[in-house]
Amino acid sequence: MKLNELTITEAKKGLADKKFSTNELRDDCLAQIKKVDSKIKAFVTVGEQGEEGREGTELSGIPVAIKDVLSTKNLRTTASSKILENYFPVYDGTVVERIKKGGAVIIGKTNCDAFAFGGSTEHSGYGLSYNPWDLSRVPGGSSGGSAAAVAADECLFALGTDTGGSIRQPASFCNITGLKPTYGACPRYGLLAMASSFDCPGPMAKTVEDCEIVFNWMEGEDFHDATSSAGQIKKHIEKQDKIKIGLPKEYFAEGIDEEVKTLVMAAAKLLEQNGFLLEEVTLPRTEYGVPVYYTLIFSEISSNMARYDGIRFGKDRDSFEDEVKRRIMLGTYTLSAGYFDQYYLKASRVRSLVQKDFEEVFKKVDCLLGPVAPTPAFKIGEKSNDPVQLYLEDILTVSANLAGIPSLALPCGFTKENLPVGMQIMGPAFSEEGLFKIGKRYQELTDWHKRKPEIK
Amino acid sequence: MQIKRVIIGLEVHVELRTASKMFCSCSADHFGKEPNTQTCPVCLGLPGALPVPNKKAIEWTLLLGLALGGEIQSFSRFDRKNYFYPDLPKGYQISQYQQPFILGGKITLESGKDIRIERIHLEEDTGKLLHQVIADEPSTLIDYNRSGVALVEIVSQPDLSSSEEAKEYLEKIHQIVRYLGISDADMEKGSMRLEPNVNLEIEDQGQLYYTPIVELKNINSFRFAKKAMEYEIKRQLEIFQEKRIEKGKGNKQTRGWDEDKQMTVPQREKEEASDYRYFPEPDIPPFFFTEKELTAYRLQSTAIELPRAKKERFMSEYGLSDYQAGILTAEKEMAYYFEEVVKFGKVKNIGATETANVIINKRAKEGISPKELVDFIASTKQTITVSEEDIDKIIDALLAAHPEVVESYKKGKVAALGMIVGLIKKQAGAVVPIERIAGRIR
Repeated sequence: MKLNELTITEAKKGLADKKFSTNELRDDCLAQIKKVDSKIKAFVTVGEQGEEGREGTELSGIPVAIKDVLSTKNLRTTASSKILENYFPVYDGTVVERIKKGGAVIIGKTNCDAFAFGGSTEHSGYGLSYNPWDLSRVPGGSSGGSAAAVAADECLFALGTDTGGSIRQPASFCNITGLKPTYGACPRYGLLAMASSFDCPGPMAKTVEDCEIVFNWMEGEDFHDATSSAGQIKKHIEKQDKIKIGLPKEYFAEGIDEEVKTLVMAAAKLLEQNGFLLEEVTLPRTEYGVPVYYTLIFSEISSNMARYDGIRFGKDRDSFEDEVKRRIMLGTYTLSAGYFDQYYLKASRVRSLVQKDFEEVFKKVDCLLGPVAPTPAFKIGEKSNDPVQLYLEDILTVSANLAGIPSLALPCGFTKENLPVGMQIMGPAFSEEGLFKIGKRYQELTDWHKRKPEIK
Repeated sequence: MQIKRVIIGLEVHVELRTASKMFCSCSADHFGKEPNTQTCPVCLGLPGALPVPNKKAIEWTLLLGLALGGEIQSFSRFDRKNYFYPDLPKGYQISQYQQPFILGGKITLESGKDIRIERIHLEEDTGKLLHQVIADEPSTLIDYNRSGVALVEIVSQPDLSSSEEAKEYLEKIHQIVRYLGISDADMEKGSMRLEPNVNLEIEDQGQLYYTPIVELKNINSFRFAKKAMEYEIKRQLEIFQEKRIEKGKGNKQTRGWDEDKQMTVPQREKEEASDYRYFPEPDIPPFFFTEKELTAYRLQSTAIELPRAKKERFMSEYGLSDYQAGILTAEKEMAYYFEEVVKFGKVKNIGATETANVIINKRAKEGISPKELVDFIASTKQTITVSEEDIDKIIDALLAAHPEVVESYKKGKVAALGMIVGLIKKQAGAVVPIERIAGRIR
């Protein structure tokens, strides 16, 4: 087995037992990048950076790939947009700084939809990334490069960001594990803002256990981020057994691929056989999720993009990708006089109704389980010409972002075409530890997450 | 046709003298500093940077609000004001729109007239543009040292009806801000800025008309602001007589003051408020003040004696005249100095009015400590056996006896009077300032 195929836990043990060195570990990852990345194109920038020789910390010498919307000091950060082609930040984002402190070595910056606007990595200014399980398919997005890099063993783990599903959906498409944390659990300082009230940086890794290790380095209050939260982690789902899992009927409704439904339901049954309780529940406002989500994020985006005004970052605004321009225009419209009440304000109100849905349901059950995406990875080009189709892909993921709650995505099987399918477990705010517990139990019972793609 | 009423509203910006900027830890003391030496990712608006509000600045805004008789809102938040300008690195200014910290309040003028305050909110200052010729090319440089400095905006109702009232209103705000110690409010340095909104109510054959509102911007001294307001009053009447254009939607104009031409000139057209696409700042959670916190702020605020109250107390407690009390309470430091002198003076039987006179007439050397001043007054008291009238007589006599001194003085040698000072001291044991002697020369 090559070292790049190890999980963090395995690599930690190997390093501790002096079976190999951190250099060997890193070199195997770089060799894999050299070998497969011409096909996968997960990286925008390959370049090792980190605290060289930092030892004795949990992530010492562990190679990590960072989504290119996270600010990395002196390491080019483009947000996968041409407008930042030559931008070298003067500072590390908080989560980057924290994993570096943990000893992780940055091996490169991964591709995504420009500014994380998209769900397929087809809207990058630096070309497509490809799904390691089927090179004719998208890796998902927007953290598609991060998911593909982990799936193709080009790194041991990656950092992604999730605004409406951007960690979970590519995790599901690429057969890896990813966590969208509670809003505010992992600080946003240094995350190139997409939609400020939704953005969450989070870990993407090969197992739930690894996600938990990385999350514990990332989380916690940051005095650079007024929306970051302190001391509330590890609050919920403390029960050891008889955890009650809700199955929202809207997540198994018409429009969701039959194979996906079957696989997720089978996973639920497996958990039931192993001591968990199942209960059908309802999240009645699920159908409003997508329109509410897009109305709000377009508004925030139109403002967040204003700093790329052509004066300071070397490129003019005609370097913006089409999807970026589309969102700036729509958001400018929804915030305009006479339309603000009708769009932004109304959407904000529905957002609180969606939050209520979750509050209600968590009175009945401890967590929720459902598919991540309505379909497995789709073909490149299949939806890229129809933005609305692409937006509808997010129907099962945006609600967690609207409500600010955590959701853990993990592999739960394969379709007949050998495409991975993921499920997500959502819990109340700051219930990450509980979600990890359930996820780890599931990964003890199954080995979907251990399957590797044959890259061809 | 005649002007029935001049309508002036003032927007006053005050830069707070907090140690750090509004949303980052950079130093807020930007005046005269090397350009771009006090910046960080936050105030440069670098990708990914986030604002964290300055608690002190918020506290000071609340105190100012209470000092002006306003109400702290139990719920308030920041909003984004979106517009493009090169001195605004994020492409939006963090300000307050729908939920400012303070609503209401007033300033009472000496005439007894109340000028109502609409709102007081907190925002961030912009960078500064420097226009220079570099290598024969006209260029614009940006200095971000000022970017993100805390700025309080006090918006009055359009209750002011002359430039004199505007001046008094502004002086009162200046005084209160200095009393609270929250800003040096120096117009020359730009730490206090004002934007008057001016229009006229015109009566013509029994009908009332309103001229379009003009906002006067970028005026850096009160003298210019006064000139600009007065010019506007004339100009708007003339224009109305000629074109009869009334105030209407979208015809608000922005003008500046051209000191060379002695006239107001049109500036970049003001965007309508609605074009700023205000929306709640998602990077900063809203503020909820509990009744307990509000009570604490009110207590803190009542502990500060404001100019009006101090002046009244000086009159009742020390028996000072309105004039004396006005001068001695103009600045907090002066008032404090006076009270210290009175305190130490008590043991030496020096009265408050006497102290007031010495300070106001600048009889003693400037810059001496309260104790030194008490000693000075005591020493003059011990030796002065003559009345003020007698001193005048002595001065007159000495001047008559020394015409050569008077001659030199008239030629501009003020110091020549020093000899007379010495002679008076010898004769009457009193120290008399040169100005007083000069005052007796005819």
